[in-house]
Amino acid sequence: MDLQQIIERLELNVLTDSRDFTSVHPRGGYTSDLLSCVMAGAKSKYIWVTLQSHLNIVAVAALLDIAAVIITENAHPDHATIAKANEQGVTLLSTSMPNFEVDGKLWEMGLHN
Amino acid sequence: MCPNRVRTEQEINGRRGRPITDQDAHEINRVEELSYDLKIHEVMTKKLHTASPEMSLSDVLEILRINRISGVPVVEDGQLAGVLSIEDIVRAMGKNDLMETVGQYMTRRLVTVASYDTIVKAMRTFAESRVGRLPVVNEENKLVGMITKGDITRGILLALQKDYKEEEVRRYRASHLFEDIISDRTTLVLRYNIKAQNFTHGGTASSHIKRALLRLGADPQIARRCGIAVYEAEMNLIIHTTRGGILKLEVEPHRITMSTTDDGPGIPDIEQVLQPGYSTATDQVRELGFGAGMGLVNIKRCVDSMDIESTVSKGTKLIMRIHIPTENLSGRKEE
Repeated sequence: MDLQQIIERLELNVLTDSRDFTSVHPRGGYTSDLLSCVMAGAKSKYIWVTLQSHLNIVAVAALLDIAAVIITENAHPDHATIAKANEQGVTLLSTSMPNFEVDGKLWEMGLHN
Repeated sequence: MCPNRVRTEQEINGRRGRPITDQDAHEINRVEELSYDLKIHEVMTKKLHTASPEMSLSDVLEILRINRISGVPVVEDGQLAGVLSIEDIVRAMGKNDLMETVGQYMTRRLVTVASYDTIVKAMRTFAESRVGRLPVVNEENKLVGMITKGDITRGILLALQKDYKEEEVRRYRASHLFEDIISDRTTLVLRYNIKAQNFTHGGTASSHIKRALLRLGADPQIARRCGIAVYEAEMNLIIHTTRGGILKLEVEPHRITMSTTDDGPGIPDIEQVLQPGYSTATDQVRELGFGAGMGLVNIKRCVDSMDIESTVSKGTKLIMRIHIPTENLSGRKEE
């Protein structure tokens, strides 16, 4: 399963620069709004689901080499956050769905790690 | 095409800016930047095929065919007089006029670009004039080359490749640091000043540290562990200290020592802060997703040893160490 399929199936908005999402293959997922928990639980190439949308999610995602961050419940990162994400090569996606629903859909698609 | 000249260090750093990381490589920003950096003379074709106004169109057609090009500049008495393109010849063919002279059919309304202009200028001129190739003139208005969109693409690709090589060279040089400098004990020390409450720059020092370690040839797994530990320590300085503090990284061939030092407020009960979930973060900080009470727990998980010394109202010193297995030494023997 690649990131492009996830973006299409979940109808996610791509907030950062578009790139070849078909070449990104997420290895698993992690959901939390607490950054330290993400630091502990999310692994490289994981999808991170959160309703946090401020600048610090970029640093966390970049350090962990996260495949993409899905920002839920229509929380919208500001311009500086999106710019920083582009600079660091972090993909930010958004949706109106809450964390629980996004997790359910990812699980249904076969993302079980 | 880009000439293979040697650039000075200053040119590389000043003109081309920072070297690109793997992540940047496919970002459009770099290409945009290069469009303003690269000069037309660096990417243009210098080997010129020219025609004169007296030549017959069929002769020029032969030049185009043999050299597989789609147009030539027309030069008269050493001066650029016009351009003859394949479209002009097609126009002549329609009238069965191939034995006519170049002068009859060439485009005289000349659009040129200057060799010292940036390629952005050439791209704009292409868009405005809707021509496929442009004659390039120097300061004395003398024809020095031709530029096509293909030349621009090639020039940008070459420059990107060069950037990539520069990063590789940096990485190579850094990774040999410990081999090249001989002492009884070599240590590389990096210091970062972290300001309190500066959430905007949270994680910046950690990112720099992770990149530095990768350049030094550290195992990615070790760089990642250092990155996580140092991020938590950096955020602690931002969230909890009175006036910020200093984050220090000491790299030695056999171990990496990370430490933070601050001058307050200090920790009253160290046992308590080591409990998972214990946090003193304010609601405001928690709203940002911090204050899970997992910072020190995470650090402990990532490093081989962690020591905290703290005195209330004096300050805290946190020392974290990661040992590097012998086979992962940056100055490792490759054979």
